Amino acid sequence: MLDVRGLKKVYEGSGRRIEAVRDLTFTVGAGELVCLVGPSGCGKTTLLKCVGGLLAPTAGEVSLSGRKVDGPPPGMAFVFQEYGRSLFPWMRVGDNVELPLRQKDLSRARRRELVGDALASVGLADAAGAYPWQLSGGMQQRVAIARALAYEPEVLLMDEPFAAVDAQTRADLEDLVRRLWRERGITILFVTHDIDEAVYLGERVIVLSASPTVVREQLRVDLPAERDQVHTRVAPRFAELRTRVYEQIQAAKRGAATPAKADMPPSG
Amino acid sequence: MRGVNAALGAAGLAGFLALGEAVPRLGLVEEDYFPPTSRIADALGTEITDPAFWTALGDTLTGWALGLAIAVGAGIVIGVVLSVVPYLREATASTIEFLRPIPSVALIPLAVLLYGTELRSVLLLVVYASFWQVLIQVLYGVRDVDPVAEETARSYGLGTWARIRHVLWPTALPYVMTGVRLAAAVALILAITAELVIGAPGLGARIAVAQTSQAVPEMYALIVVAGLLGLLINVGARSVERRALAWHQSVRGEVTV
Ligand SMILES: Nc1ncnc2c1ncn2[C@@H]1O[C@H](COP(=O)(O)OP(=O)(O)OP(=O)(O)O)[C@@H](O)[C@H]1O
Ligand SMILES: [Mg+2]
Repeated sequence: MLDVRGLKKVYEGSGRRIEAVRDLTFTVGAGELVCLVGPSGCGKTTLLKCVGGLLAPTAGEVSLSGRKVDGPPPGMAFVFQEYGRSLFPWMRVGDNVELPLRQKDLSRARRRELVGDALASVGLADAAGAYPWQLSGGMQQRVAIARALAYEPEVLLMDEPFAAVDAQTRADLEDLVRRLWRERGITILFVTHDIDEAVYLGERVIVLSASPTVVREQLRVDLPAERDQVHTRVAPRFAELRTRVYEQIQAAKRGAATPAKADMPPSG
Repeated sequence: MRGVNAALGAAGLAGFLALGEAVPRLGLVEEDYFPPTSRIADALGTEITDPAFWTALGDTLTGWALGLAIAVGAGIVIGVVLSVVPYLREATASTIEFLRPIPSVALIPLAVLLYGTELRSVLLLVVYASFWQVLIQVLYGVRDVDPVAEETARSYGLGTWARIRHVLWPTALPYVMTGVRLAAAVALILAITAELVIGAPGLGARIAVAQTSQAVPEMYALIVVAGLLGLLINVGARSVERRALAWHQSVRGEVTV
């Protein structure tokens, strides 16, 4: 479904040359939920923008259902890390959610329905008439998610969407993403720096190295599809997986070139 | 607090008017050139019963409104086009920096050559002066577009026109409003200047006639009218601005807290 091959992105300008992403290759199958984890600044946002057609890669290519991505593809929705700035302060919440739908060929009644459903599914049914800046940070993020849901995307790209919400809301939103993914069969690429979140949400976790970024490891999360905050997080398998990802991230931060072995003998 | 300020303002104005009455009466200044307030008020009373005065006021307002409308329309359209088309902004920057500081009044001879004392003469000057106010603000406003908002719009497949309408325009609107308010003030100045100097019909021309016929109180009365006009225009522009930017003011309020 989603193919990233040999992706490289170098930012150039104002005398600085930053190689944000060196060489990334991975695929995401149709209807899969994949989490990307990596140290801060390793190029996760850059990668996601290349996938979303918002940035042109320096080398390599991204293709969606066999077609090369060279601009934002239809049927793809993006939830930005800076959700506050991603909502338009001059529009009410309902209009923010509705705006992308106006590009689609939908009747007014159908648009209303989609907006209402999307807001209801993030628990903000009565916030449609408010301005985004009248809402809390967590509520704003839920509006941004509702906007993506109302768009009925086939592919959903989420960039650390829950970084700024409290633990309880975060747990609810995680369950919401899992539920929507299972109900609607969307393909989701979810960026996070939270290891527990990655393991809890994903069917697969891709661990990125520190910059210059390559794929460090891909891990299948063989937890049951039915997950819940209380039981899944204390399951022994969950602990194993999170430890595995944790080790990989630590190794990535140290910049080790090969996967670290925990039982390496002390040198000398 | 507001009430106190208003009372202070009214008291200050009353004091000023009283001073205007007293100083000429006491012979501190030549009464022929500085008539006391009451005589100016008399003259104003006579003016507003004269249909010719209202025609002149109408002419001035026509020149002002038409010129302002043209300047605002052109300023917005050209500003947006310059910003949206790649490289156009850079290509035109130096030309704009050259043309903008030319004082509009320097174009009076040109206006006379082209259009004589017609309304079009006034329009030329008014449009030239107010156009830059709007254009510069639009150019600043467009630069203020949040890259995240822009990327959001692109990611949802909004085309160029939809992005102008839903992202660029609302972002630039506060700047545009400032531009319009400045342009409205400048347009009035230029309209009256043009009438005064060129003799195009309007309040300015009437002031010139009053001056040459030694009708000094009438001249002052007309100057007062011009001042009141400026005041009304400013108050009007501010209230339009407040209404259009209700969301924006609140955002600002939230940020500064
Ligand atoms: N527009 C840009 N111009 C130049 N350099 C950039 C730009 N955007 C990102 N970078 C650089 O690219 C690198 C990767 O940035 P990116 O935002 O993709 O990281 P990230 O993994 O999303 O980090 P975080 O987890 O903190 O969000 C950083 O070194 C950053 O300085
Ligand atoms: Mg990021």
